[in-house]
Amino acid sequence: MTLRDLINKLLGRETASANTARERLQLVLAHDRVDMSTLTTDLLDKMRREILDVVAKYVEIDFDEVAVSLETEDRMTALVANLPIKRTISGEIKLKDNNKKTSK
Amino acid sequence: MAKNTRTILICSGKGGVGKTTLTANLGIALANSGSSTAVLDADFGLRNLDLLLGLENRIIYTAQDVLDKNCRLDQALVRHKQEPNLALLPAGDPRMLDWMKPEDMKKISALLSEKFDYVLVDCPAGVEDGFKNALAACNEAIVVTNPELSAVRDADRVVGILNTCDIQPIQLVVNRVRPKMMANQEMLTIDDVTSILSLPLLGIVLEDEQVIISTNRGEPLTLSGKKSPASKCYLNVSQRLAGADIPVIDPNKESKSLKDKFMNLMQTKIF
Repeated sequence: MTLRDLINKLLGRETASANTARERLQLVLAHDRVDMSTLTTDLLDKMRREILDVVAKYVEIDFDEVAVSLETEDRMTALVANLPIKRTISGEIKLKDNNKKTSK
Repeated sequence: MAKNTRTILICSGKGGVGKTTLTANLGIALANSGSSTAVLDADFGLRNLDLLLGLENRIIYTAQDVLDKNCRLDQALVRHKQEPNLALLPAGDPRMLDWMKPEDMKKISALLSEKFDYVLVDCPAGVEDGFKNALAACNEAIVVTNPELSAVRDADRVVGILNTCDIQPIQLVVNRVRPKMMANQEMLTIDDVTSILSLPLLGIVLEDEQVIISTNRGEPLTLSGKKSPASKCYLNVSQRLAGADIPVIDPNKESKSLKDKFMNLMQTKIF
């Protein structure tokens, strides 16, 4: 935040248009860079479901906490998936909060 | 290739951001510094480089004629009268029947690199065939953009394509910079543009009425030696391109009124 932003906020004025431009640009480029003509929201959703299906074969996932998204940084767009694991299928339990592993 | 010729693509994606003006001014500036320089107008559908250089009445042949063996390269090259180190070669003309292919552009650039230190290729707007033809002739690139949404977005598309080709370095020129609007945060800053496109900054060009006046006359600003804001910038870009260790012109220092200084202060990051 700049000095000007702070004053604008205090006076309840609109933020400078450059900020809006920056935000809109970053958003549109994130989409452009993954070439949305080939990767639509539908396809992204389908891929997400298929990834979960595969992972679910091996471990039990906490479906409520699953997050799959595209993140762009420095011209590189990455598919970021956060899949919290409740337990492995073989019964091994991993405790997330204290990072303790219970071995067989 | 006997000489170590630098063949530089000047591209932008979006039209009207200043590719041709930059090509003309850099061409004159490089030639003026003693390097033999050719400017190749790869935009043969809508060619304009001849107009900016004031050479529109002197074009007889095109690169297409050279390839078809209708003339020698020397005959097709249009030498600039006041700056004999500079020559213009139009790739073709709008009435041309066969469109050029990337291989044709490679042949032309090979011919030019036997004679010149610098070959600047003025690329057509867009990311289609015209752009890809021009690209085939080059080994480095300058991406021109304006601090404006649509120009930066289109530049990003171009950078994406350049990154998949054997083009190095790819440098950025931000054109039509308005320091006052930037200080008022009503325009994307130079830092915004360079970080979004993640390209090294070759230089900036300040918004300047003199650019239009020089276009009317067909005399690029760098030719007259006048000290207008844009002409200083073009000179700075050409020197940096040639490898001079000088800083990019700082737009904040170019606006010196008290109000501007205050606006710069307002831009200080506080948290």
